[in-house]
Amino acid sequence: MVNESGYNDTGQSGQAIDFEKVEQSRPFKKLMHDRKKFIVPYTIFFLVFYFLLPILTSYTNFLNTPAFGDISWVWVFAFAQFIMTWVLCTIYVKKASTFDEQANDIIEKQIKNGGKAS
Amino acid sequence: MSPTVIILFLIIVALTLAITYWASKQTQTTGDFYTAGGELTGFQNGIAISGDYLSAASFLGIAGSIALYGFDGFFYSIGFLIAYLVVLFLVAEPLRNLGKYTLADMINARFDAKKVRGSAALSTITISLFYMIAQLVGAGALIQLLFDIPYWIAVLIVGTMMTIYVLFGGMIATSWVQIVKAVLLMVGMFIISFLVLLKFNFNIGEMFSEVKTATSHGAAYLKPGLKYTQPLDTISLMLALVLGTAGLPHILMRFFTVKDAKTARSSVITATWTIGIFYVLTLFLGFGAAAFVGETKIMEANPGGNMAAPLLAEAIGGEILFAFISAVAFATILAVVAGLVLSGASAFAHDLYGQIIKKGKASDQQQMLAARYASLAVSVLAIVLALFAQYLNVAFLVSLAFCIAASANLPVILYTVYWKRFNTTGAVSAMLVGLFSALILVSMSPSVFSPTEGAALFVGEPIFPLSNPALISVPLGFLAGYVGTMLSSSKADAKRYAKVKVKANTGYQETGS
Repeated sequence: MVNESGYNDTGQSGQAIDFEKVEQSRPFKKLMHDRKKFIVPYTIFFLVFYFLLPILTSYTNFLNTPAFGDISWVWVFAFAQFIMTWVLCTIYVKKASTFDEQANDIIEKQIKNGGKAS
Repeated sequence: MSPTVIILFLIIVALTLAITYWASKQTQTTGDFYTAGGELTGFQNGIAISGDYLSAASFLGIAGSIALYGFDGFFYSIGFLIAYLVVLFLVAEPLRNLGKYTLADMINARFDAKKVRGSAALSTITISLFYMIAQLVGAGALIQLLFDIPYWIAVLIVGTMMTIYVLFGGMIATSWVQIVKAVLLMVGMFIISFLVLLKFNFNIGEMFSEVKTATSHGAAYLKPGLKYTQPLDTISLMLALVLGTAGLPHILMRFFTVKDAKTARSSVITATWTIGIFYVLTLFLGFGAAAFVGETKIMEANPGGNMAAPLLAEAIGGEILFAFISAVAFATILAVVAGLVLSGASAFAHDLYGQIIKKGKASDQQQMLAARYASLAVSVLAIVLALFAQYLNVAFLVSLAFCIAASANLPVILYTVYWKRFNTTGAVSAMLVGLFSALILVSMSPSVFSPTEGAALFVGEPIFPLSNPALISVPLGFLAGYVGTMLSSSKADAKRYAKVKVKANTGYQETGS
């Protein structure tokens, strides 16, 4: 089993990995900080943007005004949801590659040293 | 039934059986059986996720809903898509980094308790069975319409096919059936959409003007409010749709078929693009059906609108396109139910038998055998239930499955990865409260009780006003996880969480695991 072995994990050099030390290390804290700073605002943004649609259609009428010919704003908003999804996907991939670099760095410098370096 | 339909139908059956035969030769270990050995590429897995996700309910149901209710039908498309942002931003990568075969494996990265694994298996089995019954009943009715064969034979055909794929080909066969189906489905969608647009001279504005007068609803057709009239009910449904996907076991299981978090991420991206394009195209199908088939004819064939897409294919592409779309609908059902069998079986064989009863000490051969027995058992159970449910209105089971996934699974997934204090009691309470509050509330809701006969399972006044209980049950699931954790005297294991946190965020794996 992958994760049920307890704490006798060993790094390449043979000594046990102190995950708490890795967790407390500056590079790891920075990774967590950067991730949070990125993920939390974007998640709040897309959830708000998404729920605005049913809230506005349920409690107001102004999305029913025409935008282009017979296409009303509610359709424009609905399509904007698709565009938003694809744009956020693209942004995420770009940002995630910097997280990958940070993570690889942590694996190389912290974990493989058993968490000794800090 | 025309010869073209029969030929295309047989081609699909032959093709999927050939895939299964090939896959059965590749399936050597338990890992191959559950997760295709973790060897799919991001692109392959992304297409397979699309194939797993775009069920007959999406393809035929949404096209029909848009054809009959205009904008309100489109709500589903939006919710189903945005859900992938939740998967991408919060769930996919940590899940891949921590898990092995099942959702319970991932939660077990923090807790060894059997009751946690047991609760996770219970919610997985419940979700998979509900989803499968809805799919099989829908499939039976649909095949009955398309091929003019009795319901019970239709259910048996689909049931036998799904059992064969999973039993012999495991995840490798299931994945490739899903990939083939996704490609066929997208081709079909593009052809119909192209023909519809051709009819409107590739002018979207003209299309909107045309459908504005095409239905009995007139201008109201293009406005929200034809189907969903109760604000809280609409919001509750939208909540279940957007949060449910990230807790659906058969979708989560797909992330274990790739080698690492980076590949998991790229598969979400592929899936999000494919699924997004698909849902944009549902609009052309729905509008096309409203304009060129007409409400009356759609309702006559099936009051739920499920025949809108095939009828549209017939109206604009003739017999051949009708046959092709029918065959695609059949392939769609097969791919989705196969994925569901596999996720249900993994909860039985891996979680309940392998880890709880055998305490993780079963040999690979025993595990494989257990997995196959469990697949067979899950299939038979689903087929029997579907045969009894023929005359019941079970369409709500799909959104109920999403609701349970959002209420029982998602809180635990998020707490496991992101909350240091979270403990065993919290995990069990979140899952059980989420699961049972969704079940109890729905059993008192308008989905189960309706004053009109035939509109729901029972005749009567609903006690609970919302058709989909997500608005109440999702917060309850999160709350139960929090309260359970705080009230319990058991301390969270800081060392264990440090390890989970580091692994989840860096993708570090011990060598040899």
